[in-house]
Amino acid sequence: MNVISLSPFDLSLAALLVVALALISLFLKLGLTNRIVIAAIRTVIQLLLIGLVLKALFAQVNFLLVAALSIVMLLIAGREVMARQQRKFGGLWGYGLGTLSMFISSFTLTVYALIVIIGTEPWYTPQYAIPLLGMMLGNTMTGVSLALDKLTTTAWQQRAVIEARLILGQDWRTAIGDITRDSVRIGMIPMINAMAAAGIVSLPGMMTGQILSGTDPLEAVKYQILIMFLITAGTGFAAMLATWIGARHLFDDRQRLRLERLS
Amino acid sequence: MTKLRLSEFRVHNLKPLNLKVNDEIICLSGPSGSGKSLLLRAITDLIEHEGEAYLDENKCSEIKCSEIKCSEINPVQWRTWVGFLPAESAWWMDTVGDHFNQKSDECHEYLTALNLPVDSLKWEVSRCSTGEKQRLAIVRLLQQQPKVLLLDEPTASLDAESVNLVESVIKKYAKEFNVPVIWVSHDQRQIKRVSDRELNIKNNEIKEVTV
Repeated sequence: MNVISLSPFDLSLAALLVVALALISLFLKLGLTNRIVIAAIRTVIQLLLIGLVLKALFAQVNFLLVAALSIVMLLIAGREVMARQQRKFGGLWGYGLGTLSMFISSFTLTVYALIVIIGTEPWYTPQYAIPLLGMMLGNTMTGVSLALDKLTTTAWQQRAVIEARLILGQDWRTAIGDITRDSVRIGMIPMINAMAAAGIVSLPGMMTGQILSGTDPLEAVKYQILIMFLITAGTGFAAMLATWIGARHLFDDRQRLRLERLS
Repeated sequence: MTKLRLSEFRVHNLKPLNLKVNDEIICLSGPSGSGKSLLLRAITDLIEHEGEAYLDENKCSEIKCSEIKCSEINPVQWRTWVGFLPAESAWWMDTVGDHFNQKSDECHEYLTALNLPVDSLKWEVSRCSTGEKQRLAIVRLLQQQPKVLLLDEPTASLDAESVNLVESVIKKYAKEFNVPVIWVSHDQRQIKRVSDRELNIKNNEIKEVTV
């Protein structure tokens, strides 16, 4: 089965729908019109660019190029995690915390999947490595930013409670324990929900894409299962890591709550 | 008998404080914002400070004092010894009793002494009045048997009858276990009733009030 190629005209028909949505938002004074238009334009430009990059990248299997693109993707995801938080850690921590957690979790699991599970040759074959890492980072980013946002805003609101628990002789882990648990939970729930609803309520995007491009549905499903497991594990580990390091950094070596480290 | 000693103790913009508190009640007064609460929080090692706080548990012999230095001991241990009662109590579980380590006879004794029924441990925190929470917070602190008491306006939210009860419970505790107490209060009559010595903060300086 061949893929039916989409013409620019086909896409502009879809764009008309977004324009209509923007106009109605304007009419309803939702204050979203600008954001819709800008986001739509960003989608077009970003996706076209990555399309070009991937095309060039797939033409030659070069480890350094794959690594470079991976790092760029990681750094952008890190920036996105930071931007999505109301109260973030000041200085380098604000950026480094999310980025480091995503790096450890996403990169490890992606490499594991490439070498051990899929077994591509060489393992960094960009056609597999880049989309896999992209899906990992995209979801991990959501999980980490949700978890960290929950951690920092709740710690801020519950300062009196955390300090009261310290005063009564609890260590920092116990004093902030309920909050860290909630944060990790919040970070993991979207992926757990996605797994539970997969196939019944939603047909996951990657699988749909493979089916559209002519892959046997059962093959597509197998890949989708692999991806869901990887993403869930990656998101969960990254959320735990970020929350744990973040919670530790809310206290100093004398186990004092240091909320001024948030900006 | 425990002693609390502060040496060149500095927090915020207060001038360095050297203070020795034996088993006595010292009242601390001063205008709002003068740093009374900060001082107590610093002694609890909840906030950064300069200088050092010491606890001395054994009787000092003339040759040697076995003092415990705050910065050299696990902060969790320090905070269980140095019992700090903040001006506003905080609760995080659903029922009062969930916040207590032990539901012993002593605990019941403090509850009764503060005119609280024993089954108040089963109360839902969200249904307690400010005054009830304050008295329960005092029980919660005392049942941990701290070796030092730092009280930040413990009776500010209480009616006259409860004020009397709290004063006598704390005085009794201090006497029974020979505990040094620093008691922040604005009420001159209360200071007269409970204090052995009085300190006052004026122009960032903590000075002893001589009668």
